[in-house]
Amino acid sequence: MNPAPLVALVGNPNAGKSALFNALTGARQKVGNYPGVTVERKVGRMSLDDGRPLELVDLPGTYSLDPASPDEQVTRDVLFGRQAGERTPSALVVVVDATNLDNHLRFVLQLIALGLPTVVALNMIDMAVRDGLEIDTARLSAELGVPVVPTVAVRKRGLDELRVALGRAVGGGGKPAFASGEPGEITKLQREARRIAAAVTVQQSPGNAWTQRLDSVALHPVIGPILLAALMFVMFQAVFSWSQAPIEWLANAQSWLSDTAVRTLPGGFVRSLLVEGVINGVGSVVAFLPQILILFAFILVLEASGYMVRAAFLMDRLMSGVGLSGRAFIPLLSSFACAIPGIMATRTIDDQRDRLTTILIAPLMTCSARLPVYAVVIGAFIPARRVLPGVGLQGLVLFCLYIAGIMGAMGAAAVLRRTVARGGGGGFMLELPKYQMPAWRDVAIGLWQRARIFMRRAGTVILAVTAALWLLTSYPQVPEGSGLKQSDYSIAGRIASVIEPIVRPVGFNHDMALAIIPTMAAREVAVSSLQTIYSINAGDDEKVGQQRLAERLRGAWSLPTALAFLAWFVFAPQCLSTIAVIRRETNGWFWPSFTLAYLFSLAWIAAGITFWTATALGL
Amino acid sequence: MKAVPVRLDQLPLGTASRIASIDWSDLAPNEARRLRELGFDHGVSIEALHRGAMKGPLACRVGRMIVAVRRAVAAAVIVEPA
Repeated sequence: MNPAPLVALVGNPNAGKSALFNALTGARQKVGNYPGVTVERKVGRMSLDDGRPLELVDLPGTYSLDPASPDEQVTRDVLFGRQAGERTPSALVVVVDATNLDNHLRFVLQLIALGLPTVVALNMIDMAVRDGLEIDTARLSAELGVPVVPTVAVRKRGLDELRVALGRAVGGGGKPAFASGEPGEITKLQREARRIAAAVTVQQSPGNAWTQRLDSVALHPVIGPILLAALMFVMFQAVFSWSQAPIEWLANAQSWLSDTAVRTLPGGFVRSLLVEGVINGVGSVVAFLPQILILFAFILVLEASGYMVRAAFLMDRLMSGVGLSGRAFIPLLSSFACAIPGIMATRTIDDQRDRLTTILIAPLMTCSARLPVYAVVIGAFIPARRVLPGVGLQGLVLFCLYIAGIMGAMGAAAVLRRTVARGGGGGFMLELPKYQMPAWRDVAIGLWQRARIFMRRAGTVILAVTAALWLLTSYPQVPEGSGLKQSDYSIAGRIASVIEPIVRPVGFNHDMALAIIPTMAAREVAVSSLQTIYSINAGDDEKVGQQRLAERLRGAWSLPTALAFLAWFVFAPQCLSTIAVIRRETNGWFWPSFTLAYLFSLAWIAAGITFWTATALGL
Repeated sequence: MKAVPVRLDQLPLGTASRIASIDWSDLAPNEARRLRELGFDHGVSIEALHRGAMKGPLACRVGRMIVAVRRAVAAAVIVEPA
């Protein structure tokens, strides 16, 4: 059987391309990467009304076909049938923002010139109507020489008509077509685009009044930054307070599971591994899924509403002070969820030195994998007191940790820009899209994809690491009556003894040296490692998983030690996946090695300063 | 009042204007390319909308699109009253 014909979705950023992709394919999507480059490849399946299947690929949003960034390079190569790992498309769907015709049509003209069967999706037609624009679709279709279908992707309108037009474009066989024409010169096409836009727009009134009004607040030189800071603060408070109930449910489910396992399985190696290693280890990480999802939900909503680029606008002045641009703000904010998508998002930065600097500082943003560690240590050592109405001390400490990461990143950027990444400066030029109500469906799909990635990590890497750690900490078993601690006597304990002299001066004990070894696989493993280490020390008679980890920690660590541990986690590059992504993005081992070295040094110094200061203050 | 051309970074907010010319030679090649892609061209209607604090970037309406540019780039764009 022939594979389903491939249809490529192309368009400017902010044209609603992803929303259209989601509307057409639903949750039937695969997200991957093009080989050799780190441009995201999103494909999904859809079927036409007569049942013919189509494969839809969502190409990166670009303004033109001049290959200036990796994104644009991939888009161009796919269309020319030159991209490794991609079949040649049989047809194109060009997504256009109906309220922004004069600009978006230029790219349409460039794409039509390639000679592939093309359908134009005139998206956000409802916004155009709201703006007082009336567009003569038939005239536009005649001017362009290709079918034009009005759509509202977020409301799933116009999809049937689009499918019909696509069926015709693909034709019977859906033979792959190679782009043959060459894109024309920008300025000439731009003028042609403006002429067509003016000709097909029947009625015009001045721009979007709503966006204007919102921007006069959001971009206000004084109110804007205050609003941004307030939003960020609310976001981090929400991460802590809204997640309490679901965390409780997950904890209950976990103790039910381990109780059941204890009751039904005979005692011995398998039961210990399952209960102490797997259920308690993985469970303590999964417990933080609610917090991670809340953070992602905020980021996705801010992105979909159009506020995120306003934040970039507000941040540009500050970022330019350390040699970066506001454009770096978006990858850095994504890094609050996870540095990996953050680092991958840097490919939208044209300037190579800006991009390198952003990559090197992205691991300093407090990613969601640190949250479990922060949450446990804060929960154990910081009293849940109100310091102001609606502001808890725990949330405040968490906020400070985020700020510490940001300040560290800014400082590092300033130094890097003056040393290893000197020169250049790509400037800051960005389209500010209209505000819109985020479609819950797109946010839900985004959240679902994140949850799946996290659960897959919990099910594979974290599971393997916790099980291995349990083995390493359980064997060899300490001889009866020797008075030695199991966590010191085990294999892992002996490895930790080698590291301990290095971290001892900054207040870390042997257990902590032990816990930071497996966190190289994933930071959140620190929680399950501590869980494993301390439940094993408790001895067999005490029921594992019943006593909360927090109580154990309070017994074992002093406050300065706990604070030093938090400071360590602000800076330490403890995630090999991030290092692997840096290697792939920078094409070599130099920058990932550099990142490891500079971040470990920073982490040691920060933990040291925290520990020595806290001790001196008598905390 | 006489129609005097001014640079975009000096244009008072909310003044309906038109791009008179652009000093392409003042811009780095990648800046010039992005500016073209975002629709900057002579004759296009333009209006300064918001200025970032402390000489931060400038948000302006170009055609029907809102675009943020830094002041140094805006200084290369010469505008005249519409």
